[in-house]
Amino acid sequence: MNDSLMIAGKSYRSRLLVGTGKYKDFAETRAAIDASGAEIVTVAIRRTNIGQNADEPNLLDVLPPERFTILPNTAGCYTADDAVRTLRLARELLDGHALVKLEVLGDPVSLFPNMPETLKAAEILVKDGFEVMVYCADDPIQAKMLEEIGCVAVMPLASLIGSGMGILNPWNLRLIIDQATVPVLVDAGVGTASDAAIAMELGCDGVLMNTAIAHAKDPVLMASAMKKAVEAGREAFLAGRMPRKHYSADPSSPTSGLIGS
Amino acid sequence: MIELIINGKPERLDEAPSVLALLEARQLASKRLAVERNGEIVPKGQHAHTLLADGDRLEIVVAVGGG
Repeated sequence: MNDSLMIAGKSYRSRLLVGTGKYKDFAETRAAIDASGAEIVTVAIRRTNIGQNADEPNLLDVLPPERFTILPNTAGCYTADDAVRTLRLARELLDGHALVKLEVLGDPVSLFPNMPETLKAAEILVKDGFEVMVYCADDPIQAKMLEEIGCVAVMPLASLIGSGMGILNPWNLRLIIDQATVPVLVDAGVGTASDAAIAMELGCDGVLMNTAIAHAKDPVLMASAMKKAVEAGREAFLAGRMPRKHYSADPSSPTSGLIGS
Repeated sequence: MIELIINGKPERLDEAPSVLALLEARQLASKRLAVERNGEIVPKGQHAHTLLADGDRLEIVVAVGGG
C-alpha cells in the first residue's frame, strides 16, 4: 500500500517525526532515531561554544543531512523577530534548506504558543520562501489562518510540550483535521505509544515527539514502540473503525448451533 | 583596537579580521555553522570577503539536539 506522507511536495514513508533533544549522548540519539524509522528529525539552533572543545562532535555528523531531512526549529523564541532570525541562520547553516519548524512560545512555564507572534512570523517566513511547519494551539480558527498564510503543515499540541499528558482534546484536533487541506501533525504532549496511536486514529497525518522517546527508561525500545503505534494508528484510521454501540451488545460467535438447543 | 560582540560577549581585537579569519583563529572554520552580522546573514561564500568593523555584533550558531 502506498500511503506516503506528503509535505511541501516531498513524500515520506514514515509518519513519525522525532526530536533530537534530551538524549544521554549522540550514540543514544542516533540509535533511538534509527529504531523510530523517522526520516524527518528536528534540531535546535544555538550559539556555538567559542574557544573550547574545538573537536566537540557535531550533531549533523551523527545525523547527516544527506540521510535525514533536518527540520530546524525555533524552540526558545518568544518573538516573531527572534524566530525569523533563527530560521534564516538555519537556512544558511543547512545550505539553503527551506523546510522548517516554527514555534513561538508564549511563556516559559507552559511553553504554550504565542499565536499572534506565530502568525506574524509565519507571514514573514512564507514570503521569504520558507516551507513552514508550524507548532500551534489546538484552535481550529488559528490553524486555518496558518494554512491560509501558506504554512505547509499545521502542528497543534495534544498537551503541553514535554508533559507526556497525551491527547487532551481530541475534539479540537478533529475539527482541525476535518477542515485542513495541509497535513496536520500532533506536535507535543504524546507520552506513550497509545497516545501516538490515538492521534493517528483521529486522522492526524503524523506525530512529532521528542521527550516521550528520550525520557523513556529505554529510549531505543520506546522509539520502536512509537514506530509501531504510528503505523497501527494510521492503518486503523484507514481501515475505519466499527461504529460504537453504547446500548447493545452484539455477539462475535454464531447464535445458532449451540449444544443442547 | 576594535571591539566585537561575539555571541553576546564583548571581545577586543588589535585589528579588524574577516569573518573567515575570525573563525580560523577560533578553530571554527571547518565546522557546520552559520554567521549573522548585525542581524544580517553572512553567507559562507562571503566569509573571506567580509571585513568586520568596530561595534559589530556577531552570532555564530550550530545545530544542537532539540525538539
